[in-house]
Amino acid sequence: MRKPSQFDAIVVGAGPAGSAAAYTMAKAGMRVLMIERGEYPGSKNVMGAIMYSQQLEQIIPDFRDDAPLERHIIEQRMWVLDDTSFVGTHVRSADYDKPPYNRYTIMRAQFDKWFAGKVREAGGLVINETTVDHLIMDGDHVVGVQCDREAGDVYADVVVLADGVNSTLALKAGFHGELEAKNVALCVKEILFMPEETIRQRFNVGEDSGVVIEMVGAFSEGMMGTAFLYTNRESLTLGLGCVLGDFRNANPNRTAPYLMLEKLKRHPAIAPLIEGGEMKEYAAHLIPEGGFYAVPKVYGNGWMIAGDSAGFVNAPHREGSNLAMASGRMAGETAIAAKAAGKGYSADVLKQYKAKLDDSFVMKDLHKYREMPAVLHRNPQFFGTYPGLVANAAKTMFTVDGVDKKSKEREIFASLRKARGLRGLVGDAYKLWRATR
Amino acid sequence: MSEIITVNVEDKLFQNRYRVDHGRAHIRIKDADVCTNQCQAKSCTFICPAACYRTEGNGTVTLITDGCLECGSCRILCSDHWNIAWEYPRGGHGVLMKFG
Repeated sequence: MRKPSQFDAIVVGAGPAGSAAAYTMAKAGMRVLMIERGEYPGSKNVMGAIMYSQQLEQIIPDFRDDAPLERHIIEQRMWVLDDTSFVGTHVRSADYDKPPYNRYTIMRAQFDKWFAGKVREAGGLVINETTVDHLIMDGDHVVGVQCDREAGDVYADVVVLADGVNSTLALKAGFHGELEAKNVALCVKEILFMPEETIRQRFNVGEDSGVVIEMVGAFSEGMMGTAFLYTNRESLTLGLGCVLGDFRNANPNRTAPYLMLEKLKRHPAIAPLIEGGEMKEYAAHLIPEGGFYAVPKVYGNGWMIAGDSAGFVNAPHREGSNLAMASGRMAGETAIAAKAAGKGYSADVLKQYKAKLDDSFVMKDLHKYREMPAVLHRNPQFFGTYPGLVANAAKTMFTVDGVDKKSKEREIFASLRKARGLRGLVGDAYKLWRATR
Repeated sequence: MSEIITVNVEDKLFQNRYRVDHGRAHIRIKDADVCTNQCQAKSCTFICPAACYRTEGNGTVTLITDGCLECGSCRILCSDHWNIAWEYPRGGHGVLMKFG
């Protein structure tokens, strides 16, 4: 049944996508309600967590004045691990240490609370501790939400779904199907506290600057997975994730995610960095990594879907919150334009949202890497075989043992040919090149 | 690495904050018999990052949701049987991240 709208817009979920949408609309004078199931915004939310500045800057230009930020990143390390060693590249530049900084580590529990506070300042209403159970439909038109509290039906002209990766509301409404295990990564992480001074010394950083380490290698036991270590102000975040379908289908040892993490913590490249760290939180989260082909329909009559709920994650580049904020903002802008036009919020009007996404880095980047998930899925050697080969090659080359370098080169090349064959090697290089075109 | 490493996941979960909604589990096994007799893999019992699912000696699978991290993996994994009814906890309940 259609009842009079109490709000112009309802936003479900106070993460980066939801707050970006709610803030954009509230600032433009729309009556906005944002509904969050956690005790406070952020209390249900988990990511790595690296936050890229540019998208937030577009929404809140002076966010650096009061947003809770941990460290800006001045060094990126990419490591390939075998059981005992790492081979890597490090990129550090003094240019990254000059404001305005490009990316920061954040704590989502604090950051999301801050962002939702900005929604309130802009005139939006934010209610916590409220789970939305269902969308209220009038025919095929979303007209409101049904919450798990007394008199919990709330009506609005448009509903923005930013309820996260599990996206249960759109699922129940039949707007998209269930997530597939091959299209999500299950990540676990720990936050390890230590004195700020220890972090400065171990990572050779200043008071506000930090380092990120991204890893692939033997720890994932051949599954498609990556690990990460990020520096926060007084803590480190160490985590890893593998494709959920691989945990199920390509995991003959039935290794649990927390066991994989425990092994990583004891790896000789990691152990000295985290030594003495006091573990204060253990979290798990799914990341939608299906990319372009896994993006569902993102709008319909009276609804739009943003952020993780829409699968907006650029997995090869480890980007998510910026796509979330960009898509939330675009959903907000679409609603503002629809209100101004006064022709309602039918799918025909809200298709502008998809047009904006298509015209932005969100869909352009997803499109560029559209074949990547399938190529990696069909070619487990990228995560199973190569890390060991790379680490071994480097060890062979840099061990001074009286063997001449030419022979070492031959030995390395023989190990590559043995593992993949000449055609395999050339084919793999081509596949990776194709997948990024 | 030949060293045997064991993890007590309860020790990890102990560091987290929860507000448990007593008597109202937000995840439920729809039909216990399906887990016992029709599911060979029982992959929920080793993939759940909070070890909420356990296999008992007689082959049944038990679920205790108190330590649930609300990731959703169990629901998606169970695609051969769709035997898991999965909802978010009531507002304000479940895991409460301090840091996220």
